[in-house]
Amino acid sequence: MPAQREPVIAISGASASLGSRPVLRGVDLTVSRGEVVALLGANGSGKSTAVRAAVGQVPLTGGTIELFGTPLKRYRDWARVGYVPQRTTAASGVPATVREVVSAGRLARTKLGWPGRADRAAVHRALELVGMADRAKDSVNALSGGQHQRVLIARALAGEPDLLIMDEPMAGVDLTSQEVLAGALRDQVATGATVLLVLHELGALEPLIDRAVVLRDGCVVHDGPPPEAVGQHALPGHDHVHPHAPHEAEPFRTGLLT
Amino acid sequence: MDILDYAFMQRALIAATLVGLTAPAIGTYLVQRRQAIMGDGIGHVAMTGVALGFLMHTNPIWMATLVAIVGSVAMEMIRSRGKTSGDIALAMLFYGGMAGGVMIINLAPNGSTANLLTYMFGSITTVAPEDVTAICALAAVVIAFTIGLRRQLFAVCQDEEFARVTGLPVRLLNLLIAVTAAVTVTVAMRIVGLLLVSAMMVIPVAAAQRVTRGFTATLGLAMAIGVTVALSGTVTTYYVDAPSGAAIVLLAIAVFLVLAVVATPLARYRARAVAAAEAECTFPGTRGPSDDVRV
Repeated sequence: MPAQREPVIAISGASASLGSRPVLRGVDLTVSRGEVVALLGANGSGKSTAVRAAVGQVPLTGGTIELFGTPLKRYRDWARVGYVPQRTTAASGVPATVREVVSAGRLARTKLGWPGRADRAAVHRALELVGMADRAKDSVNALSGGQHQRVLIARALAGEPDLLIMDEPMAGVDLTSQEVLAGALRDQVATGATVLLVLHELGALEPLIDRAVVLRDGCVVHDGPPPEAVGQHALPGHDHVHPHAPHEAEPFRTGLLT
Repeated sequence: MDILDYAFMQRALIAATLVGLTAPAIGTYLVQRRQAIMGDGIGHVAMTGVALGFLMHTNPIWMATLVAIVGSVAMEMIRSRGKTSGDIALAMLFYGGMAGGVMIINLAPNGSTANLLTYMFGSITTVAPEDVTAICALAAVVIAFTIGLRRQLFAVCQDEEFARVTGLPVRLLNLLIAVTAAVTVTVAMRIVGLLLVSAMMVIPVAAAQRVTRGFTATLGLAMAIGVTVALSGTVTTYYVDAPSGAAIVLLAIAVFLVLAVVATPLARYRARAVAAAEAECTFPGTRGPSDDVRV
């Protein structure tokens, strides 16, 4: 279905290593306009390295990467890319408000200039999209893990990107935040955004995912429709052996666990 | 205010005001990326510059600025490589700079280590008229940069990888931070002293963030605290014969302690307000697929 559409991300034969250890060993991955692609795999499979390479933060030892049809080396139009790095646990040395952090995402458009009314409006919209507008003046240090993640996604959205690249946006995120983020992402997809995201399990985002790419030891081992089962169950090689009775019609619905 | 009648005192107060503004301004960015000790390192390296100035019979400020810039750019290059051995390389640079300064000053005709003392701890009587011109020019550059580009510098110091992906010239901005820190060290050299300059970059920021929640607020309050303690410290040493740097730094620590005491109930109040807002249970009524428990 997406084959005839223009590729937004085109990774071909990409290899990269951290130190002397090869992390990517010839990865091919194409994301077409409007697609939502999930990159799955166990820890150490290279999925994080793959998205960091796609935004030019990991040098390739072989292969090529193109963004919007331009080789990465010559790519300059970063305002079209919204990046959500893997959440760092360490807060920075000086407090910052939610709005200050989200405004940093707008620098992709303002660069070295001063923000105008349109820029402030975009920051406010991004905050509303993730339901954090009422916390704009609070310190990010006072937020929960899920709220912090919402702020980082608002930061990426503040630049009004055409392409969202997210590294584990759902890691350590509470249920409420997961649903808010799924909603925000649905809005972006509805307006035609392209999304590549690293996930540990499909979870709340499952209905949005068009295609899943599974990495193992730096190689693509699956590229196609998202697996039916969730999380580790999705990975090839997972034995569906459960030590309990086959479940009856419905799983437990207690709402206690996420 | 008879102390204003003395020309040396007027010069000292002008220099103190500019130190109070510039040191916390660049210090905020250094503290933000946990590089608080960088000012200390540049101070050590600048000692070689001061000694070179003596040796060459030029104003030590310009030579110190030059050597401090070279040193700070070297430190930035070590930092951006991110190697573990960078720690050792920085130590070499710090102590090499200090030892070089002491060595060179003793090579200068009738120079001795004593000449370096006022540069180490600051002195209100040593601000020469030509120093005031130099300090004003250098301070203007520091303030224009740290205030004018605060959004960009904030982004770079807060999350460098993200800043690079927004397309900001991160390497250039990092080099500018290093150069600005070096310039600030030489602005502060006369009043606060090379060994205490780092304190003026760090303590006002640490004091300000006891009561602030945002970055711009911290930057502004740190500069206000900086000016206050720099001026009062300078005036104090007019009456008490002591190095001005010592008085200024002790006052800064006093402000930090006062704000730390004030901030404890403030932080508790804010935490309670947040907790109260989140205490209510908001059950959405509809269950999503993620409410399922799989066993």
